[in-house]
Amino acid sequence: MVVVEDLRAGTDMLGLITENDTTFQLEAKADIPIGHKVALKDIKAGDTIWKYGEDVGEAKADVAAGEHLHIHNMKTKRW
Amino acid sequence: MQANSDKAIAAGKAQSKAALASGDYGKLAVSGWRRENGRVGVRNHVVVLPLDDLSNAASEAVANNVKGTLALPHAYGRLQFGADLDLFFRTLIGIGSNPNVAAVVVIGIEEGWTKRVVDGIAKTGKPVTGFGIEGHGDIATIARASYAAKEYLHWASELPREECAMSELWVSTKCGESDTTTGLSSCPTVGNMYDKLIPLGIYGVFGETSEITGAEHLAKARAATPEVGEKWYKMWKSYQDDVIEAHKTDDLSDSQPTKGNITGGLTTIEEKALGNLEKIGRKSKFIDVLEPAEAPAKGPGLYYMDTSSAAAECVTLMAAGGYVVHTFPTGQGNVIGNPIVPVIKITGNPKTMRTMAEHIDIDVTGILRRDQTLETAGDALIGMIQRTANGRLTAAEALGHREFVITKLYRSA
Repeated sequence: MVVVEDLRAGTDMLGLITENDTTFQLEAKADIPIGHKVALKDIKAGDTIWKYGEDVGEAKADVAAGEHLHIHNMKTKRW
Repeated sequence: MQANSDKAIAAGKAQSKAALASGDYGKLAVSGWRRENGRVGVRNHVVVLPLDDLSNAASEAVANNVKGTLALPHAYGRLQFGADLDLFFRTLIGIGSNPNVAAVVVIGIEEGWTKRVVDGIAKTGKPVTGFGIEGHGDIATIARASYAAKEYLHWASELPREECAMSELWVSTKCGESDTTTGLSSCPTVGNMYDKLIPLGIYGVFGETSEITGAEHLAKARAATPEVGEKWYKMWKSYQDDVIEAHKTDDLSDSQPTKGNITGGLTTIEEKALGNLEKIGRKSKFIDVLEPAEAPAKGPGLYYMDTSSAAAECVTLMAAGGYVVHTFPTGQGNVIGNPIVPVIKITGNPKTMRTMAEHIDIDVTGILRRDQTLETAGDALIGMIQRTANGRLTAAEALGHREFVITKLYRSA
């Protein structure tokens, strides 16, 4: 999930699934800059990260739901 | 203190509302210039085109003498050879041939290659003339070229606009300073526009070979036929092998994703590529794979052009291919323009809208706030393409962005 405004840890986020226009709630576990991603569920190191229904890389560390998902904990599988 | 401003702005916005509201995009018309070869232009430039780096000074002096002409200085044109030289000539001739250009004065250090550019542009039927500097010197050349440029300017300034169908436009796209908002809002806005206008007969084009990496399987699947798909994959693979693998230091040599992309929340080249590909919408399939700066020749539809992902290079190559309006989604705020093609900027990033709105033509931040749909965003872009074609200057034009950057394949002899 992508955040559309800078968020502080503890924020109760309103999430929107654009594909089917449904919403859900999730608490931010970290400060998240605008445009950055939040893990929707607990992710284990080595898990594939999916976006647009496609494989966009893998987790390099465990990431809990609501935590910041970025280049410090995910990487392309390509190189 | 201001007077009458709101009324003037509202009048501009009202122009295309009726046709857009009806959803009958085929009824949209633009007021452009029909050139000698039948193509429709939306700008009316008289260009002073230097053949080579040595002729920039004379070209800029001519444009300074004759107000309203446009010099296009660049860094190349000497001791190039082979495929690199072919691309160089294709770029210069393509820029001169673009329907947004009414007439061209070419200035080169010598007359042989100058004539090659003149002859190439002359095939369009538009007025073009060339001058060599050797044997005359800069000052005499500037004088001769200035007289010619002045005559062209008088002539071009009296050419009337005429009503043309929106479907006659060639509209290119490339995004820049992408972030997660581009893939979710501004790129699909362009895709929505293509889904609506390509069936009407416009020519579209996308490129950015390095940024397709990660979505190459999806891009190949969007080819109109298996043969075009194979042609596309061969082009992409040779780029991977000959450029990336041969020269890389790390992930795409630490250039993809760019620093700006990563600040904006993008992580991997796959994530960036999937967002990028949103620009071609859901329906269109590309009918051919173009060399850099090559003009499409298989009729209306969507094309792929093998280009760099660097904004100024890519837009210049598409302009040389004959495209007359460019749509440019940006996330973090790329400020690029082009001297002969209006570049329409679209952003869905609220921070960019707050901090650098003067660079943006279309605000689609409502998509991520859920108070605007892709449908209405696509219509807003179509309306802006129409207004731009009718003469509205883009943000990049108003701010003087005239990046003219030639793509070079390898070092000169």
